[in-house]
Amino acid sequence: MSDPVSALGHAAFDGFARIREIGPLGMITLRARADLPALPAAVAAATGLGLPAVRRIVTAGDRSIGWMSPDEWLIVLPYAEVAQTQARLAEALHGQHHLAVDVSDARAVFRIEGARAGDVLMKLSPVDQARLEPGELRRTRAAQVACALWRDGDGYTLVCFRSVAGYVMGLLTHSAQPGSEISPA
Amino acid sequence: MLLLTCPCCGIAAEETELAPGGEAHLKRFGPGSSDDEFESYMFARKNPKGVHFERWRHTYGCGKWFLAARCTATLEVFGTYPAQVPAPPPEIIARIKARRPDWSPG
Ligand SMILES: [Zn+2]
Repeated sequence: MSDPVSALGHAAFDGFARIREIGPLGMITLRARADLPALPAAVAAATGLGLPAVRRIVTAGDRSIGWMSPDEWLIVLPYAEVAQTQARLAEALHGQHHLAVDVSDARAVFRIEGARAGDVLMKLSPVDQARLEPGELRRTRAAQVACALWRDGDGYTLVCFRSVAGYVMGLLTHSAQPGSEISPA
Repeated sequence: MLLLTCPCCGIAAEETELAPGGEAHLKRFGPGSSDDEFESYMFARKNPKGVHFERWRHTYGCGKWFLAARCTATLEVFGTYPAQVPAPPPEIIARIKARRPDWSPG
């Protein structure tokens, strides 16, 4: 198997917040009816995680599962564990209408870190950062492209389509320029 | 600026996170319908100044379609509701009547 390569080769920028393109990160899009009886057990068997509530992301160790829409979840996990996790989902949901697709290489992932990390995103997304709750996964836009973001550690993780990774890195870099902070020191 | 609360995910979404889908509760006329019915389905819209029922999609959010009742003149939003209904629910009608006593549905 060839070596996975992240979208921008770990591009980074140090502004008033630190921007890092990370990855490769494993990601599986899971689609099914939320009331599928076998779903919670299948997700638990495949990932060790319970299904998140609406607009939430639950994390244990290096795995997370986020609520993306009423019939869609995003499983985030180490890149090397994708195939095995997909196989476990397929086994547990055999015969049940569902979709579990490896989207790892279709996405780019960024970390925005530092005390003012929220300022970087305030300029790019119509999200009230003050109302973003702990453990909330927010799907929104970053300027002109779709993204999903959540708070994690001392900053945010942001996921977008890989085809717009360069555009998003440009946005984040520009937004984090020293001197363009929004919130008072 | 228009803020609509998506009934599918609960986000009070700002207009730029949404895509408009035109008038809601249209009755579809397809193959087998008369030319007049099809023309009306394709082209005739109420386009009122005032209370309007609309389709919206939470494009940059959960991706789902939903319906909204709002005033086209003032941008006042009376409420949003799931797309899987043939007519506005009673609580939406009640909220509109509370704000626009002279308005009547249909
Ligand atoms: Zn929504």
